[in-house]
Amino acid sequence: MSAQNDPASFEQAQALGLNADEWGVILKRLGRAPNQTELGIFSVMWSEHCSYKSSRRHLRKLPTTGECVICGPGENAGVIDIGDGLACIFKMESHNHPSYIEPYQGAATGVGGIMRDVFTMGARPVALLNALRFGSPDHPKTRALVSGVVAGIGGYGNCVGVPTVGGETNFHAGYDGNILVNAMCVGIAEQDSIFYSAAKGVGNPVVYVGSKTGRDGIHGATMASAEFDDASDEKRPTVQVGDPFTEKLLLEACLELMAKDAIIAIQDMGAAGLTSSSIEMADKGGVGIDLNLDLVPQREQNMTAYEMMLSESQERMLMVLKPGHEDESRAIFEKWGLDFSVIGQTTDTNRLVLHHEQAIVCDIPIGPLADDAPKYDRPWVPAAKQEAIDPSTINAPLSTGDALLKIMASPDMASRRWIWEQYDHTVMADTIQLPGGDAGVVRVHGTKKGLAISTDVTPRYCEADPVEGGKQAVAETWRNLTATGATPIAITDCLNFGNPEREDIMGQFVGCIQGMKAACEALDYPVVSGNVSLYNETNGQAILPTPAIGGIGLIDDTALMATLAFKNVGDTILLVGETEGHLGQSIYLREICDREDGAPPPVDLATERRNGDFVRTLIIERTINAAHDLSDGGLLVAITEMALAGGFGAEIQPSTMNDLPDHAYYYGEDQARYVITVSSDNADSVIEKAKGTGVPITKIGMVQKNHLTIGDQAPILLDDIRASHESWLPQMMA
Amino acid sequence: MKTAVVVFPASNCDRDAAVAVEKVTGAKPAMVWHGDRDLPEVDLVILPGGFSYGDYLRSGAMASLSPIMEAVKRHAGRGKPTIGICNGFQVLTEAALLPGVLMRNANLLFVCKSVPLIVENNNTKFTHNYSQGGTISLPVAHHDGNYFADDDTLDRLEDEGQVVFRYADNPNGSARDIAGIINKGGNVLGMMPHPERAIEPQLGGLDGLPMFEGLLEAVN
Amino acid sequence: MKARIHITLKNGVLDPQGKAIQSALGAIGFDGVDDVRQGKFMEIELAETDETKARSTLEAMCEKLLANTVIENYAIDLGD
Repeated sequence: MSAQNDPASFEQAQALGLNADEWGVILKRLGRAPNQTELGIFSVMWSEHCSYKSSRRHLRKLPTTGECVICGPGENAGVIDIGDGLACIFKMESHNHPSYIEPYQGAATGVGGIMRDVFTMGARPVALLNALRFGSPDHPKTRALVSGVVAGIGGYGNCVGVPTVGGETNFHAGYDGNILVNAMCVGIAEQDSIFYSAAKGVGNPVVYVGSKTGRDGIHGATMASAEFDDASDEKRPTVQVGDPFTEKLLLEACLELMAKDAIIAIQDMGAAGLTSSSIEMADKGGVGIDLNLDLVPQREQNMTAYEMMLSESQERMLMVLKPGHEDESRAIFEKWGLDFSVIGQTTDTNRLVLHHEQAIVCDIPIGPLADDAPKYDRPWVPAAKQEAIDPSTINAPLSTGDALLKIMASPDMASRRWIWEQYDHTVMADTIQLPGGDAGVVRVHGTKKGLAISTDVTPRYCEADPVEGGKQAVAETWRNLTATGATPIAITDCLNFGNPEREDIMGQFVGCIQGMKAACEALDYPVVSGNVSLYNETNGQAILPTPAIGGIGLIDDTALMATLAFKNVGDTILLVGETEGHLGQSIYLREICDREDGAPPPVDLATERRNGDFVRTLIIERTINAAHDLSDGGLLVAITEMALAGGFGAEIQPSTMNDLPDHAYYYGEDQARYVITVSSDNADSVIEKAKGTGVPITKIGMVQKNHLTIGDQAPILLDDIRASHESWLPQMMA
Repeated sequence: MKTAVVVFPASNCDRDAAVAVEKVTGAKPAMVWHGDRDLPEVDLVILPGGFSYGDYLRSGAMASLSPIMEAVKRHAGRGKPTIGICNGFQVLTEAALLPGVLMRNANLLFVCKSVPLIVENNNTKFTHNYSQGGTISLPVAHHDGNYFADDDTLDRLEDEGQVVFRYADNPNGSARDIAGIINKGGNVLGMMPHPERAIEPQLGGLDGLPMFEGLLEAVN
Repeated sequence: MKARIHITLKNGVLDPQGKAIQSALGAIGFDGVDDVRQGKFMEIELAETDETKARSTLEAMCEKLLANTVIENYAIDLGD
C-alpha cells in the first residue's frame, strides 16, 4: 500500500467496495480526497455490514416498541423488562462468511462477539443458542463444516461457561456454498445498571481494554458485504482467532467495573473494530473523539494506523470513563490480567482525529461517517406465488408407518443430540429445559422465574412465499415459547439473504419483513435487536431466504413449566387447532415424494394467538401433562417426538377426516396447532373449555407403553424409531 | 461446615459449587482467588470446574502452579477434605495430589450429558450416604476426562479402594471406566462428573445432594 | 538464545488425536501411513547466553509445567 497519508484514488476506493456515488459523497463532505487511513474507515463504515444501507429503510417498518421494551434496536443488544427490577438483554448475529472460510474460528468468534454485545450492556450472559444451516449432507464440504462449526461453538461457549440451550440445524443444497452460523446470546442485568454506548461529555478519557490488537480480521466487515467466488479460500487471513479464556476474563472484569460508578459508555469492538466502536460512541453522544494510536496495545510490530483502525482482533472493548476513575478501573483489569490503556479523550469537535507517530493521520467529521451513511432503496420484485397443493393429488408411495420411520431419520428431522452433547448445556446450574424440546429454558438465577428461548425459521417456506414465511418464522418461535408455558415477550432477528442488488433477492427481503411485521404486531411481540447478513451467494447462487428469529418468553413460575415428553400411560392425547392437510413445501413432500414445491401453509395470526393463549392458560392451570407445537413434519412427527422424549408410546386413532388422505392428515404442516396430553379424567372438561373459546380440539389417542400404533397400521416399536432417529447424524459425522 | 471455593482465571463452575454448598450448609463459602497464598480456616476446599487458563497447554496444568495451591496442599496434608470437580480433578492430578492424568476424550469430542455411575467405595467422607455398588446419575461436561495411569498405578488404586466412582457406560475412554478417585488418606477426591449440578429435581436430579450432605455430617 | 522444545506422548499412551490424523490422511488418499503421534512444539526466547545454564532452566520448565511426565516426554534443541 502507498504511504498512509497520501491521498487515495477512486480505484483504491472501488477496490474496498465503494462505488462512484459514495466516492463522490466522500470528496464533497471532506472537501478533499481522503488519505489511505480515512478511506479505509469510510469503506468499513459504509459497508453493508456496518451501514445497513440496503436494509435500513425496510427494517424501520418492524415494530420495536411495547410495554416491556426498555431498549430497542440501535444499541449493542435489545433490552426487555422481566420484572423484579431485572432486564433481559439479548441479540442474534451472523458469522456466516468467516465460518465458511474457517469453520472452527469463524463459529467460535461468532459466539464470542455476540456474548460481548450482551455483557457490554451490563448483563451476565445466561444462555446461548445457534441457528445453523449447512449444505446438502452429500456435499463434499458439509461434513467438515459441521464438525468445525460445532467444535468452534462448543470450544468457545463451554470455556466461557455459558450454557448452550438450544438452536436449530438445517441441511439444504441451497447452502452448499454459503453456510449460515447465527449465534444468539441472552443475558440478565439489573435494570438500574444497564450500560449504553453514547459517549457523553467532553474531555473524558477513552479507554481500551482486553486483548492486544493484531493484524487479524482486517476488512472482515467488507468481506461480510461481498459475494463469494472460487477465490474466497484465499481470504483466509482476514479470519480472526478467538480466545475464550480472555473473553471470560473480560466478562468478569467488565461486570466487576460495572458494579462501580465509573463508566459513561462502553462498546464492544466487533466488526470494523476500533473504527466502528469509536465512531458509534461519538456519534450517539454527539461528541468528537481524539485517539493516540501509539497508545493502543499492539500484538505485532510496525502496525499502521490503517491496520489498527481496521483490525478485528477479538476480545476488546472501548469505554469512556468518568474522569478520575482511571486508576480504580485499571486495577480491576490488571487483576484479571488484561490490557488497559487510556488512548484518547472525547472532544467538542464532532470529528474523529487520530494521532500516530507524532502526526495526524485522520481528521474527519463523524456525521457523514455514521448518520449520513448511504441508504439505498434497492429495486425489488415480489416473489412469484406458488400454487397451493391439493393433497388428493399426492400419491403416498410409502405406508404411514414406513414414511414416519424415514422422516424421523431424514437430515432435517433426525436427532441433533450429536451436536448439543458437545455443548455444555447445564453449566450455571439453571438450565431446566435442555436442547431437544420446544425451547430452551433457564431459570432467572435466584428467582422462581424462567426465560424460554427459541430460534426458528423455515427457509423453504420463505423461498416459496416470503410474506407467509416471514410470518411463520415469528409465529413458530411464539408457539415454541408458548408450548413451555411461557408468555412470549420480544424477538431478535438475524436476516440472512443473498445479493440485495438483485431484484428478486431484494423482493425476498422485503416480503419476509412484511410478514414478520404482521406477525410481530398481531402477537404483541416486538423486535428489539437484530442483524442483517446480505450477499450470501457463491458464483451467483443465493441461499434460501433465512430470516432467523430468536424469541424470548417469560415463565412466571418455573414449577408450572410444561415439557413435550409424554408423562403417563393412559393420558389422553388432544390435537389443538385445525387440520386442512397442507402438504406444499412439507417435509413429507420433500422426503417421501422427492418434491420441493407448492405454497407453504398459510399463517392465520388471529388463530395463532387464540390457540396459543388457550394452551398457555391450560399449562398455567396445571391441566396439561405435556405440550408440543406442530411444525416441520406435522402431526405424527410431533407425537413421535413426544413419545421419544418421554419414553412412552401412543395409540393414535385413525383419521376421521374422510375427505382428506391419511398422509395429508398425518404429515400436513398446518400452522397454529399443538399436541397436548391431559389425564383421561380431564379430557372432557378440556374439550368443553376449548369449544367455549372457539378453539378446534380433537381427541386423537392415548399414551401407551413402548409402541406407536397409528390407526390400523402395524405397531412400531419406539426403540426402532429411536435408533434410526438418533443414528443419522452420528453416522454422517463418523 | 466452613468451605472455600478456589477461583482460578476462567473457573466457571465456581458459582454452581457455591450455590450447592450454601443450599446444603446454609452458609456461603469463601471464594478464594487463585493468586492468594492463604486459605481461610475451612473444613472443605473445592476446586471447581471450568477452563482454568483456557485449558491451554494441558487442562489444569497452569492452575496447579497457582500461589493458592501451596495452601491447598497444606490443607490436604492435614487430612482435611478437598474435592476437585472436573477441571478441579485435572488440577489435582497436575498438582500430584492425585495420581494419573486426564487426557482428551477418546472420541475427541466434548461431552455433556447425564451419565450413570457406580459407587465403588462408599466408605469415604464424601460417599458414605450412597449405597455401596449402587448406581447414581450425574452430569458430565468435559473435553479432557479420559483418565489415564499406568497399570501398576491402576492396580494399586483398585486394591486400595481408591476408585470411588466408575462409569456404567464410559463416555470418554477412561482407563477401567474410572470417573473419580480418592487419595490414600481418604480426604482428597477428584471426579469428572458434577455433583453440584444435581442438587435439585428441576436440574440434573438429586444424586449430588448425598455427597454434600455426607460431607456436612462427616466434618461436624 | 532460542530454544525449541518438542513434547511427545510416551510410548504406550493412547493418542486419539494421532489416530484421527492418521485416518484423515488415509481418507484424503495418503496410503501407507502406519502411525501418527502428535505432540507440541514450542519456541522459547531466553535471555540466558550460557548453554549449560539455559539447558538446565529449560529442563526445569519442562518438568514443572511444559510437559506432564506421567504421559509426556520432552526434548530440547538449543541454538539458532
